[in-house]
Amino acid sequence: MKHQPLLRVRDLRCAYGAREVVRGISFDLWPGEVLAVVGESGSGKSTLLNAVAARHTPSAGTVEFAVRPAAGAAASLQDIYAMTEAQRRVLARTDWGFVHQHAADGLRMNVSAGANVSERLMALGQRHYGRLREQAADWLQRVEIDPARMDDRPDTFSGGMRQRLQIARNLITAPRLVFMDEPTSGLDVSVQARLLDMLRMLTREMQLAAIVVTHDLAVARLLAQRMVVMQGGHAVEAGLTDQLLDDPQHPYTQLLVSSVLPP
Amino acid sequence: MRDPHIQFAYLDERTKRMIRRAILKAVAIPGYQVPFGSREMPLPYGWGTGGIQVTASIIGADDVLKVIDQGSDDTVNAVNIRRFFQRTTGVEVTTDTTAASIIQTRHRIPETPLHEGQILVYQVPVPEPMQHLEPLEVETRKLHALQEYGLMHVNLYEDLAHFGQIATTYDYPVLVNSRYIMAPSPIPKFDNPKMHMNPALQLFGAGREKRIYAVPPYTSVESLGFEDHPFSLQRWDQPCGICGSCESFLDEVITDDQGGRLFVCSDSDYCAKTQAAGAQDAPSP
Repeated sequence: MKHQPLLRVRDLRCAYGAREVVRGISFDLWPGEVLAVVGESGSGKSTLLNAVAARHTPSAGTVEFAVRPAAGAAASLQDIYAMTEAQRRVLARTDWGFVHQHAADGLRMNVSAGANVSERLMALGQRHYGRLREQAADWLQRVEIDPARMDDRPDTFSGGMRQRLQIARNLITAPRLVFMDEPTSGLDVSVQARLLDMLRMLTREMQLAAIVVTHDLAVARLLAQRMVVMQGGHAVEAGLTDQLLDDPQHPYTQLLVSSVLPP
Repeated sequence: MRDPHIQFAYLDERTKRMIRRAILKAVAIPGYQVPFGSREMPLPYGWGTGGIQVTASIIGADDVLKVIDQGSDDTVNAVNIRRFFQRTTGVEVTTDTTAASIIQTRHRIPETPLHEGQILVYQVPVPEPMQHLEPLEVETRKLHALQEYGLMHVNLYEDLAHFGQIATTYDYPVLVNSRYIMAPSPIPKFDNPKMHMNPALQLFGAGREKRIYAVPPYTSVESLGFEDHPFSLQRWDQPCGICGSCESFLDEVITDDQGGRLFVCSDSDYCAKTQAAGAQDAPSP
């Protein structure tokens, strides 16, 4: 089990019309590993994330995921774009999570926080109101939201709370892989720090693998064990986060690292 | 009665055939919303243009038609639709539920049990039960296709969280034939159990939304709920003020400006019959 990656991406290419924005990306993601994808805006990192998360069909290449095996069978990598749409959607709401940059994109703003958190459970067929609420309260606590706010709508929440709510909503089904698109941008610095602490704790606690797209090297440094630097649709450099940030080899990575203002 | 200058049942034959094809498909897939080319009718949207088109395409010269609005045969909507069909088809009309072969209804199912061979036609304003939570139709159709109905329970969850009970009292979502979630049109949830295994054919027409769906005879129709908060019916603590029935759906009628109120059956045919039966049984003074 441990000898097989959770996700294998090979020569992934994405195009909008004739313009190719992701030009042949390959990587493996292992269970419990956090991978950061950094790069300037327009470098194709969000498109890459969407393609890997089955939200944007790539023009070429494969994305394989180690689907949770049926009892007794060995886990095997399956091409997610060869699956039926129904299978993909089940995967996306059980074993995967997707944290949007803007919480409003990932939440239902017109229903209560509790309903937001327990929606996935209801989609999986849980029909016991009392138990749904227990689990929702538990998860709100884990993301440091007062369970007394459970019946309030997320549009009464602050930006940081919304983001944490979005995370709870995704993690309630105990996924094995979470995609995050700029999870902390748009939040002020102190809120960012708390959210990052929480994410780091949760990923460690739940043995959660994650792909984090960010333009903030501090986020990558804090969360990720490995990172990929993208420029113009290519992965210009990839490796262990600390190594890459302390000793950048590619001129573009050097530029990125040197452009961070020392605190 | 029939105006000879108007096509029988107003719609031209090709339109009727198109609607019948949609109805056949709807009957074949219980609860599935079949798109159809809804026509402009000589009544405004919201008056039951969908129901009228369905009725117009299935009605024959020897049918007996009953039209009700909120259970009553003599409200504006019912009277006008009945007159429309009298003028365009010349069919016999009735207020008697058992005598009718086609019953077009707005917001109620008659209290008198229906029997085989009858057709109940509903007027539907919003055919999509998930529309409040998922405004994209592309998406809701996909959710139906993949049977992803978690959203419906999000709706009920919200009711419970805010009101402590499922506060949806009309248009209460149902699962038809263990497959499709369906909006039963704005009938009170009191009527939901009547849809289950009903011997009559139930057809639903939404004119503005251009959808037809159906529940064939003897099809299971299950109202949604939670295990610890199951579907339940409302109860009244008094009988009908006119006929004394304790079984029927009651409307509250304000009788004066002193706060006087009366609870009466919304089904006028049922109320009149119960009253007549009661008068017969009662010993003469």
